[in-house]
Amino acid sequence: MMASEYQITAGFMPLLDSAVLVTAKEMGFAEAEGIDLTLVREMSWANIRDRLAVGHFQVAHMLAPMPIACNLGLTPLAVPTIVPMALGLGGNAVTVSNALWAEMVDKGAKDEFDPRTTGRALREVVTARASSAKDILRFAVVHPYSGHNYELRYWLAACGIDPSREIEIVIVPPPLMVDALAGGSIDGYCVGEPWNSAAALLGQGHIATVKAAIWRSSPEKVLGAGASWGKENPDALSALLRALCNAARWCGNVRNHDELARMLAEKTYVAQPIEWMLPALGGALPIGGERTVTVTDFFVPFAKAATFPWKSHALWFYSQMVRWGQVRHTAENAQIARESYRPDLYRAALKPLGVALPVANAKVEGGLTAATPVGSSGASLVLGPDGFFDGGLFDPDELDAYIASQKR
Amino acid sequence: MRTRELSPTGREMTAGPKSLSILIIDENRLRASVIEAGLRGAGYADLTIIHDVSGIARRITDIEPDVIVIDLENPNRDMLENMFQLSRAVKRPIAMFVDRSDSASIEAAVEAGVSAYVVDGLKQERVKPILDMAISRFNAFSRMTRELDEARTELENRKLIDRAKGILMTTRGLTEPQAYTLLRKTAMNQNRKLSEIAESLITAAGLLTPPDEGDQ
Repeated sequence: MMASEYQITAGFMPLLDSAVLVTAKEMGFAEAEGIDLTLVREMSWANIRDRLAVGHFQVAHMLAPMPIACNLGLTPLAVPTIVPMALGLGGNAVTVSNALWAEMVDKGAKDEFDPRTTGRALREVVTARASSAKDILRFAVVHPYSGHNYELRYWLAACGIDPSREIEIVIVPPPLMVDALAGGSIDGYCVGEPWNSAAALLGQGHIATVKAAIWRSSPEKVLGAGASWGKENPDALSALLRALCNAARWCGNVRNHDELARMLAEKTYVAQPIEWMLPALGGALPIGGERTVTVTDFFVPFAKAATFPWKSHALWFYSQMVRWGQVRHTAENAQIARESYRPDLYRAALKPLGVALPVANAKVEGGLTAATPVGSSGASLVLGPDGFFDGGLFDPDELDAYIASQKR
Repeated sequence: MRTRELSPTGREMTAGPKSLSILIIDENRLRASVIEAGLRGAGYADLTIIHDVSGIARRITDIEPDVIVIDLENPNRDMLENMFQLSRAVKRPIAMFVDRSDSASIEAAVEAGVSAYVVDGLKQERVKPILDMAISRFNAFSRMTRELDEARTELENRKLIDRAKGILMTTRGLTEPQAYTLLRKTAMNQNRKLSEIAESLITAAGLLTPPDEGDQ
């Protein structure tokens, strides 16, 4: 056997959206690009960050806003980190306890994951609880610099609930979410799969709404790479991006979902039942008993340029960091956020594959209300819809105005 | 080498090098006590050990630790870091390690599987001995568990080989040395471990046992 040209170690968290990395290794896409890919399962995002910082990992499965937070110096022990690729769109949901869901149903919530109606119902529950002097509701997210935190807050705020005062938001690691919900220490959470399906299948919680409805075609995990490693090893990085792109295409093929679910369920990866993997892959999420609700584009690993690192995604996350007081808005900070995502590296690496490459580096988020063919090189490309549920538009060229208009 | 602090109530002697308040968070009780013993032995008296992180915000507010030592296996690190950044829970901001430029120390810690958070403003020389102690105790603990695992495997393997020998002696009428030689030769020919051959043989023998003799 020929020795591999590149040795790459990647950290990952045991979540469904580690699928692309797992597939790159297990299905031989990494090997085909001359990469000896080692995957290391981690217990916390902090570990991933630390081990990237000390060079144990060259790349890692990361929460999309995390590299931006690293580059802005918001987290301890952070090193400059680039995002040359995203690892898919969607995949999260908001799950609430059975007790809270019952209260929400009384206020008009329905089993359709619609953020408007469930949000309106939650607003009424929050008001009712305040007037009867009950404890404020406590929701959990996995990390302060996560899509979960921002989409949960966006949803709540757009429904007239102040996420900083009317609800408490705490941090709980994904594998402990279901227990925390069942034990009553939290009333709901926003987390990636399989932890929403798990709660529903175990009868411990009810899915209220999904990321794919709050902000359609929105990014979740990304590939974070040590900036200096990427600079010194451009060929290795390019080879990895090609391997991951091929892996993402494989993951996006419905015919492979059973096998993907089986792979992810294994001890070395997510280490949870196959039945917990299938709902997210097929987009049919459990709501109790045998019943499911089908979500369009619940988790998209490949189609719609799902792995493209849009600068508009980076900037939207940045706008939310500013909104919730994590960082001060300055032109310099915005520039750091913008430069964290590297579509240039993505294009350069993937050009030989002939896959659809967006021509633009950024887009107006919410600009596409239907699936729309857009300008691309390589294969033809359809994007969107990519709207926020409240009809909001994020134009990255109007960042200052967007930030100024945000309600706290 | 520093002179050893004599006062057992270190808190009052804030100037003393060993007066820092240290919080150890480790779900592994044995390892926590190994670290505790190390730090006590080195003269640190103000130690708190927490195994369970539930309600930890309150505990930290009460303890006001200068240094927090936590193992990297703990899935709650993200929760803790978030808490350290919120001024409500912890009065003084806590930074990971003292000096980012001390990359060798940081790497040694991550490699050993331990992480530390330190109140901002503490001097490197006051904290370094604590970190070094935690790192060396973590390493010693891993070594110990590894050796224990090895001993356990060794014992298991010996049991497997004994059983395989027994099967060969009964079914093929071999003496014990003959049975052992046969196992060893097979292992060498197949380039596999002796214990693996023994395991295969035991499995095969189990499958070949007539149902009336098997444990139905």
